[in-house]
Amino acid sequence: MTDTSIARRSHRPPKKASGLNPKYIPYALLIPGIAVIAALLLYPMFQVFVISFQKVGLPQIRDVNPKPAEWLGWENYTKVFENDIFWSSLRNTIGFAVITVTLTLVVGTAVGVLLNQLSKRMSTFVIVGIMAAWAVPPVAQGVIWRWLFDAEAGIINWALNLLPDFLSTALFGRADWSGEPWTNEAVSIYVILIVMVLWSSFPFVAVSVLAGLKGIPTELYEAARVDGSSPWRTFWKITFPLLKPVFAVLTILSIIWDFKVFSQLYTLMNGPTVREAFNLSVFSFAEAFKAPPKMGSGAAIAVILTIILLIVTAFYVRQMVKSEEVQ
Amino acid sequence: MTAPPIYRNQDELARMRNNGRFRKKARRIALNTTATLVFLVAMFPVYWMVSTAFKTNDQIFTTEFIPFPTSFTFEHIDRVLSEGVAGNSIWLYLRNSAIVALGTVAVGAVFSLLAATAVARFKFKGRTSFLITLLVVQMIPAEALLIPLFLSVKRLGLYDQLLGLIVINVGLTLPFGIWMLRTFVAAVPKSLEEAAWIDGASRMTAFWKVLFPLVAPGLVATSIFSFITAWNELIFALVLMSPDGYTMPVALQFFFGQRGTDWGAIMASSTLMTIPVVVFFLLVQRRMVSGLVAGAVKG
Repeated sequence: MTDTSIARRSHRPPKKASGLNPKYIPYALLIPGIAVIAALLLYPMFQVFVISFQKVGLPQIRDVNPKPAEWLGWENYTKVFENDIFWSSLRNTIGFAVITVTLTLVVGTAVGVLLNQLSKRMSTFVIVGIMAAWAVPPVAQGVIWRWLFDAEAGIINWALNLLPDFLSTALFGRADWSGEPWTNEAVSIYVILIVMVLWSSFPFVAVSVLAGLKGIPTELYEAARVDGSSPWRTFWKITFPLLKPVFAVLTILSIIWDFKVFSQLYTLMNGPTVREAFNLSVFSFAEAFKAPPKMGSGAAIAVILTIILLIVTAFYVRQMVKSEEVQ
Repeated sequence: MTAPPIYRNQDELARMRNNGRFRKKARRIALNTTATLVFLVAMFPVYWMVSTAFKTNDQIFTTEFIPFPTSFTFEHIDRVLSEGVAGNSIWLYLRNSAIVALGTVAVGAVFSLLAATAVARFKFKGRTSFLITLLVVQMIPAEALLIPLFLSVKRLGLYDQLLGLIVINVGLTLPFGIWMLRTFVAAVPKSLEEAAWIDGASRMTAFWKVLFPLVAPGLVATSIFSFITAWNELIFALVLMSPDGYTMPVALQFFFGQRGTDWGAIMASSTLMTIPVVVFFLLVQRRMVSGLVAGAVKG
């Protein structure tokens, strides 16, 4: 008699006279979280969509006697599409993401595989080092790399001057790098940006790949070795297929992150200065907050960026549902 | 295929063994050298920031390569703490950053713990939709939220107030906070709470006395993540605050003036901004990585 009652009670929490039906407890716990997400993320997302169809400029946002927003229909979008800077921003955004994501995954995976071959002490040592790079705040990254690439006293120009003149000329078409300004022009800004984001994001890939590698049974590798498989073949036939879910998530996360690069680019350019170097994030910001403010146009660009990211995220969500993370 | 030779004399066997040992050793040296190179390349920019912060201007503004600050000085640190930038000492900006980050953590920790418990401990209608929403909202670019939140903050009279920045940072960090903390709650066996229930503990008591202590390390990790995100946040602080309310990421932008760049001061300030984050980060990096790619890595 007592046994069964205990067995039954063990699956059920005590009925306390707290008044709240257990069925509603999870909803009560979720109230603050849902309120925050709804008010600070979902509702603004809806608002930005509305604003993208409106004219919102200085007369509409001034504190004294603001004018109501004027409905424009698709005008913000058609104007944005006619703007050359939009197309260069789109090109920059996508081109940067494709190059950087590829480099990050290749370098990160290589370092992850390397870490897996090291002794425990050595790998901890390297992980601490590369993780320190990942932890550097984006704005600090921006100023550090500006300093490295500084025209007069930067160490990169110093190092490039060390190259033998014929090699430097053959590779870059010039021998003297003294005083070369890197942050005035779109192409060189993106060279720095790619190197910087690669530097700060490969550690995450490396450590994730390492975590995945640790989960692969060593017998598989022993069997491959007995069969005389080359390391290259072993990677593509064993490691890669088993880590496919990891790579899928890492790819999508990297794409999402690299599409939204703002702080680093903003800091490199010292604000929205070089229009040809804008990506969609900086372009949206510049339209909305540089005088004269064109919030509607900025909102339209932000909506376009969001839609691109939504499409990418759809794959991410599918991957997470498949790996039963959302169950 | 040629058949492997079956008979070998002792010399040959010993040579092969030595050969194998040699190759193993060579491989180890090659691996460790590559690893050291990776370490050096990754650390160099950070090292260069810190060492520049302690060099004299003579050693900073030179076309030579000076690997160590042989003229070690605190003048840049002193200068940014006394004179500062944009009209205020760096102390003020560090303080603003700390208030925003700690405020975000305080609110975020409570909210994420409640929500994480709900999704990890209960089966209820709408649970899957909530989890998918968490994933989807994480991809919303800050620039999309910036315009409407800027207008709302102005309307609500929160413009140029650290409170407004805290509220926004709670919104930016909460989805990932819940997502990460949820795996920590789920990792605590439910039978522990059930045992407490049998002993007559109420739900509340079981939560505080059993679940909470076991989830606390996860809560710390999640909080540090939120702290770092809020500490690093640039774009909202840029448009919502006036100079007295700038946080460190905004303040750093104001060093780049017309009259040449004071690299010593910039590197000193960014060192002050970076050190606490790197220390925090190294404490929790393992947990953060597993939180980000949870499930996928577990396979």
